[in-house]
Amino acid sequence: MSSQAWINLAYLTASMLFIVAFKQMSGPRTAVRGNLLGAAGMAIAIIAACFEQPVTMSIAAHGIWPLLLLLFFAAIGGGIGATMAIRWPMTGMPQMVALLNGFGGAASMLVAAAELSSTRAVARFGEEARQAVAATSLEPWTQFAIAIGLACFIGSVTLTGSLVAFGKLHELPQFKKPWDNPNRQWISLALALAALFLLWGVFSTSQLLFFLLLVLVAAALGVTLTLPIGGADMPVVICLLNSYSGLAAAAAGFVIDNSVLVIAGSLVGASGLILTAIMCRAMNRSLVGVLFGGLGTTTTIDADEVYAGKIKSADTEELAMVLEQADRVVIVPGYGLAVAQAQHAVRELADVLEERGTSIAYAIHPVAGRMPGHMNVLLAEADIPYEQLCEMDDINPAFPETDVAIVIGANDVVNPAARNDPDSPIAGMPILDVDKAQTVIVIKRSLSPGFAGIPNPLFAADNTLMYFADGKKALIDLTAAIARE
Amino acid sequence: MNIVLFANVLPLLATAPSPGEDPASRFIRLLTVFLLAMWVGFEVITKVPQRLHTPLTSGSNAISGVTVVGALVVAGSLTTGFGTLFGLMAVLLAMINVAGGFVVTHRMLEMFNPKKK
Repeated sequence: MSSQAWINLAYLTASMLFIVAFKQMSGPRTAVRGNLLGAAGMAIAIIAACFEQPVTMSIAAHGIWPLLLLLFFAAIGGGIGATMAIRWPMTGMPQMVALLNGFGGAASMLVAAAELSSTRAVARFGEEARQAVAATSLEPWTQFAIAIGLACFIGSVTLTGSLVAFGKLHELPQFKKPWDNPNRQWISLALALAALFLLWGVFSTSQLLFFLLLVLVAAALGVTLTLPIGGADMPVVICLLNSYSGLAAAAAGFVIDNSVLVIAGSLVGASGLILTAIMCRAMNRSLVGVLFGGLGTTTTIDADEVYAGKIKSADTEELAMVLEQADRVVIVPGYGLAVAQAQHAVRELADVLEERGTSIAYAIHPVAGRMPGHMNVLLAEADIPYEQLCEMDDINPAFPETDVAIVIGANDVVNPAARNDPDSPIAGMPILDVDKAQTVIVIKRSLSPGFAGIPNPLFAADNTLMYFADGKKALIDLTAAIARE
Repeated sequence: MNIVLFANVLPLLATAPSPGEDPASRFIRLLTVFLLAMWVGFEVITKVPQRLHTPLTSGSNAISGVTVVGALVVAGSLTTGFGTLFGLMAVLLAMINVAGGFVVTHRMLEMFNPKKK
């Protein structure tokens, strides 16, 4: 068997390991092993890459140092990545994933750029250099031209989009305010059209100038597409960028004619698209609606009409008494809890109640937190038992038998208008049926609307008690009041 | 999982790029691999439990760092200064993605593991 055949066999093994890894990562019992198998596949693919012909030929020509150079850079990158991963707090997981996505996209773009540079050198230096690179040609309408164009385009969008997402999630001051330029859709559209034109230019002429312009336009497009997206829509953006980084890797695979890149890249692309679809469904929004900003409807519902005279506000002592008499309590943590980093405070309240014999469950909406499934990770980090974390469809039938539902930092996902009012902008959105509980306690700073910008009839319901306070402080005070009894 | 699908994909994976292959058929070969792998991806990840969404995102993010393979090949060929520089930068960034992604996913999944507590 030739050495290339062994390398291909190694790539095949790696690809199979990636597929098995994905399969196992979607099951709770096998996920740890799935992740390790994925890492093993990656190790095999990396070792195999070091035996590829271009690498072995430059080792033959220059001695061992090219390999050492590669391993040196790989080791630095691996070291940085592992250190980041160990130190990064769990609340910051969304921005870390965004940052890593951006790096992946940038790497795919750079692979295409490096290959482009090498191929142009081949054209200049002729046969001698051709030996060292894969037999590719920079003719118009070839696989090479198309793939380089796409890798540059997707990689560049992924890079800048991810960096902007990182800035927003990390709450850098420059990104505090959403970009509300009324012409933003037109700007994005113009950039998208320019990118399409440049892609066509790259495919049909392979001019270097077009490649450079394409990278720049794609970078601008990544920024304008991500900037206007609101905080609550971030889960969708993370999934989408994840998908892009996979597609960029697949495009890079077309550039260097490498099947493991194509397979792994398209697996990631597919998983990102599936999660994007799940997130959009959970928010009852179309992907186009998320990407091009706003809900698309201006609400005419008058908040005063809904709330006037019907809001019952309670103080700490009253709430402590209500909670003391409850047998079954369901806690509904939302985006606001993640922002307030109040997961440990929630856990302490639950501990005090459990000591008194109250049963506790957590109802988690699919888009709670700042990335898909983020709330589960935050609560698991606070040592909240896994069995108490309930998905929406499992917990909804249990609300009528629930004595007290505590809503912390959630709004739209518990708005009964989604179920009752067919004219509501969020009509049909899947919600947690907290209004069916005996008593509902809503911990919230004010009556300000959630992301959908509409009033929530839950706050005015007969069985709802409002507790106006910062989520974390409210939980600590409540815990202390119950513990005093 | 569709067995027929696997039977279709496997031989394609094993096909090495042969020197005599014309560009169009090479493109179609890779396109076939791409589309079938997309389909495998959709089939494998149909129903993910909600609590695994974050680890799945970060784990798949790590796998998208597979572009490090391409980075090693282009950087290792040492054809031009720019090519090598871009390639080495790509190796660095892709390795941050790979190592960061796998380690952080492991860290998260360990937190979900009740036996550790």
